Amino acid sequence: MSEPDMVLINPEQTRPTREQDLILNVQRGQNELFYELVRPYERRVFAAALAILRNEQDAEDTAQEAMLKAFANIRQFRAEARFSTWLIQITVNEALMRRRRERTVVMEGIDDRRPDEEAEYAPRDFADWREIPSEALERKEVRQRLAEALATLDRKYREVFVMRDMEHLNIQETAEALGISVASVKTRLLRARLMLRDLLAAGWEQGWFSRLPFEKGNKPW
Amino acid sequence: MVESKANCEQVWREISNYVDGEVDTALRQTMEEHFQSCKRCASVLAGMQNVVQLYGDERMLEVPAGFSRRLEKRLASDVAVRGEGKGKRWSSWSAWLVPVAAMALIAGSVVLMNSLTFKNFIQSRHAQPGNNIPPDLVVVVSDGSKLFHVPGCAFIHDKASERTMTAKEATRDGYVPCTRCLRQYLKTGLTPPSGQQVAAAASEAEEEHQEQEEDLSLAGH
Repeated sequence: MSEPDMVLINPEQTRPTREQDLILNVQRGQNELFYELVRPYERRVFAAALAILRNEQDAEDTAQEAMLKAFANIRQFRAEARFSTWLIQITVNEALMRRRRERTVVMEGIDDRRPDEEAEYAPRDFADWREIPSEALERKEVRQRLAEALATLDRKYREVFVMRDMEHLNIQETAEALGISVASVKTRLLRARLMLRDLLAAGWEQGWFSRLPFEKGNKPW
Repeated sequence: MVESKANCEQVWREISNYVDGEVDTALRQTMEEHFQSCKRCASVLAGMQNVVQLYGDERMLEVPAGFSRRLEKRLASDVAVRGEGKGKRWSSWSAWLVPVAAMALIAGSVVLMNSLTFKNFIQSRHAQPGNNIPPDLVVVVSDGSKLFHVPGCAFIHDKASERTMTAKEATRDGYVPCTRCLRQYLKTGLTPPSGQQVAAAASEAEEEHQEQEEDLSLAGH
């Protein structure tokens, strides 16, 4: 089987120095360039806040606050760090503080009922994986289904998954952002990925992806 | 070949690390051999790779309608305020314009009742520059233009580079008054306009400005 390189590519590693120029110029006082600097990350910032707060309005408020905080602290940003990671970490901090403040954690009490993080999780047995091609993401209902599946995960799994696989933080960065150990990140990430795999497979059975383009005669499996 | 249960469980434990390329060469080889002979584990791997690929796609990062516009607006107001004065909230024209405009609107409504005074506003647009302008009047200058304006004037060039100063400073620095927003000061041989007239002019400029940029949120700042 070929290497799963595809999932390891980080698009930011090839980001040109335009971003560094922008950072430097904002640090020197060209405030009007700040939005241009953060614009490429606005969706990631929102997604990070949403993963923690689970409420779009709260997530939007937090995203805005996080951006302003990033601006206020822009002179503390050091070039050796990734700007996106720095921004996401600020966002996560803001979101966690807000959750603590507003006690929304009460609504997620269900998480506490499952302390079995270390227990084995046996993935469901599907003889063949029916691949959902990336093109399917063009359809809003597919994106919606995937988002719904993600939303069913317990908080600790969802947060790690979002930081690692949607925000593209590495394991260490995910651990730092969420304030948990590297080992916990790995364990939770494994569980999250396995559960989502099972949820998507179940989704096939429920007809979530029944009208994908390739069903019209171009089956990839 | 039938794989032992223990072997599958071991593979599941490491499968997330495998996807992330975080297993050593020996384990990788062992797992790859296992995937070739175990359909179930191959299905788990394919599913997990599919999950990582789908959720890692930019298209999964959806934001609510109008998110970008609201963020840009928030940054445009707050970043300008925080940045220019390095923490002094009332340093930007967009912030201190609020009380000025409020006073101007009140005073202006009185002044505009007086038709004789109002007539004076539309006289003598071409006149000696700035003789009657109160030296302490706060005005705005910007890059690419040698004019200074009442804050909020619709004819400010390159608003992003706006700076505030007093009329005295602007004149000293070689700026000349805008004949639109400062036209009531440009009459020659007349007495300096009363405070009410100044206020009315500011009010008028503000109305012009608001028509052009109704999007600019001033409330609350």
